[in-house]
Amino acid sequence: MATVAVIDYGMGNIRSVSKALEHVSGGTRVVVTHEAEAVLQADRVVLPGVGALQDCVSELKRLGLDEVIRESVRNKPFLGICLGMQALLDSSEENGGTKALGIIPGETRHFTDQLKTVSGTDALKVPHMGWNQVHQVKPHPMWQGIRQDSRFYFVHSYFVAPADDAVVSATTPYGFDFTSVIDQENIFAVQFHPEKSQHAGLALLANFLSWDGSN
Amino acid sequence: MSLAKRIIPCLDVDNGRVVKGVQFVDILDAGDPVEVARRYDEQGADELVFLDITASSDDRETMVHVVEEVASQVFIPLTVGGGIRELSDIRRMLNAGADKVGINTTAVNNPEFVRQAAARFGSQCIVVAIDAKQVGDGRWEIFTHGGRKPTGIDAVEWAEKMASFGAGEILLTSMDRDGTRDGYDLALTRAISEAVAVPVIASGGVGTLDHLADGVIEGRADAVLAASIFHFGHHTVQEAKDVMSARGIEMRALDV
Repeated sequence: MATVAVIDYGMGNIRSVSKALEHVSGGTRVVVTHEAEAVLQADRVVLPGVGALQDCVSELKRLGLDEVIRESVRNKPFLGICLGMQALLDSSEENGGTKALGIIPGETRHFTDQLKTVSGTDALKVPHMGWNQVHQVKPHPMWQGIRQDSRFYFVHSYFVAPADDAVVSATTPYGFDFTSVIDQENIFAVQFHPEKSQHAGLALLANFLSWDGSN
Repeated sequence: MSLAKRIIPCLDVDNGRVVKGVQFVDILDAGDPVEVARRYDEQGADELVFLDITASSDDRETMVHVVEEVASQVFIPLTVGGGIRELSDIRRMLNAGADKVGINTTAVNNPEFVRQAAARFGSQCIVVAIDAKQVGDGRWEIFTHGGRKPTGIDAVEWAEKMASFGAGEILLTSMDRDGTRDGYDLALTRAISEAVAVPVIASGGVGTLDHLADGVIEGRADAVLAASIFHFGHHTVQEAKDVMSARGIEMRALDV
C-alpha cells in the first residue's frame, strides 16, 4: 500500500493535516512520524507547520530530519505547507535572521516592512488571515480540478521571496502579489493551509496523493 | 484587495453538547457539535468558534473530544475559547485539531500569559477575546465574568497592549449589545479595529443580516461573528454572504 508521511516535529496542529489527508486518501496510508526511516520509506512526504521558523528548523535538525528532507525532495513528491514551505528557503527575517534548510534559493520576509513600501496599504492587517485568492501562473498537475483564483485559507505574517521567478507557481494579492505557491521538481509548497481550505484544499491534497512528482 | 471578509458562526458547548437551541429543519441531532459544524460548513461558514461554557474541569476533557471529532470531518479553521488557563490547555486544543484558542479572563488576570502563549505557539493561533462595555462618550472598559465585573482597563488601550504582546487576532464583544439584536457597537468596533494592526472579529448584538455588513463597512471589522441569527434557522450563512456581497463586501463563494 502506498504511504504518505506527515512529518511531526512537535509543532502545530499536525492532526488537521493528517485528518484531511485521510479524508481524501483512497488507498494511501497516512503515517504521522518523526522517525527518519519512516519518512525515507514513504512514497510521498508532507512537511506541515505553524509557529516560529527558528523552532521549526532547530527541531528538524535535532531529529535528524533536515537531511531526510534533503534526500526526500530528490526522489519523491514533497508537499510543504506554511512554515513547511518557509523552512525550504535559505533564510528568514524572523527573530532578526534565521537560517533555514536552503533547498530553494531565496528568503522569507515580514509583511509589515514590505507593506510600508506600497502606498495605500495602511489598512491591511498583519497577520494576513483569512480566505484569499490563489492565482495560478502556470499549469501544474496539482491544480487539476481547481479553478483559477480559488480561495484558500491563509494565516501568516511572513511570505517567501524566492530568488528565481521560475519556481513561482501561484501568487496572491495582499497589497502586492506575493508568492503563495512554489514548485520545483518534486517540491510543491504552499503558504496557505489546504487542510483548512474546504473543497479547494481537499482537492489539492487529493491531487498530491496521485501526483508523480513531474510537471 | 482580495482577502475576503469572514463570517463566523459561534457555538456554545456545555459538556460536549451544543446549547442555546440550534435549530435546523432537517438535522438529526441539533445538540451534536459535529452535525452542527457540518451544517455550517455546508452553508459556507468561513470559520467556526466553539465556546466551552462548561464550569467543571472534568468536562474540559469532553471538549477536547468534541474538537477532535469536528476537526476530523470539517475542514475549515476552528477556534476554541473558554477555560484556557495554562499553556498545556492550548497544547491540548491544538493537538486535538483546533487552529486557534480564545483567551479572555486569563489574559486580564495575567497579561504575560498572552506573551508566553504567542512565543510558544505563534501569534497566528492566539485570539484574545475582549468583553467591553461603554463607560462614557467614546470610552469603553474591559469587563470579566460575563460582563458583571469591571476591571478599570480601557478597551482600546487593552487591545493595543494585547496585540503588542503577540495576540494574532482580537475577538471583540460588546457587552452592551450582546443578546439585544440591535446590531454591533460600531463605534467600539471601529475604534479597536483602527487602533490595532491585527484582524478584529466583531461580536455581540446581531439581529439582521445588514448588521453583519455594517460591522465590516462601518465597524471596519475583518470578520463578523454571530450566533442566534444562524442557530434558529432564520438565516443561512449563504444568505448572509449574499447580503454582504450586495453591499460591496468581498466574500468567499462556495465553489472550488
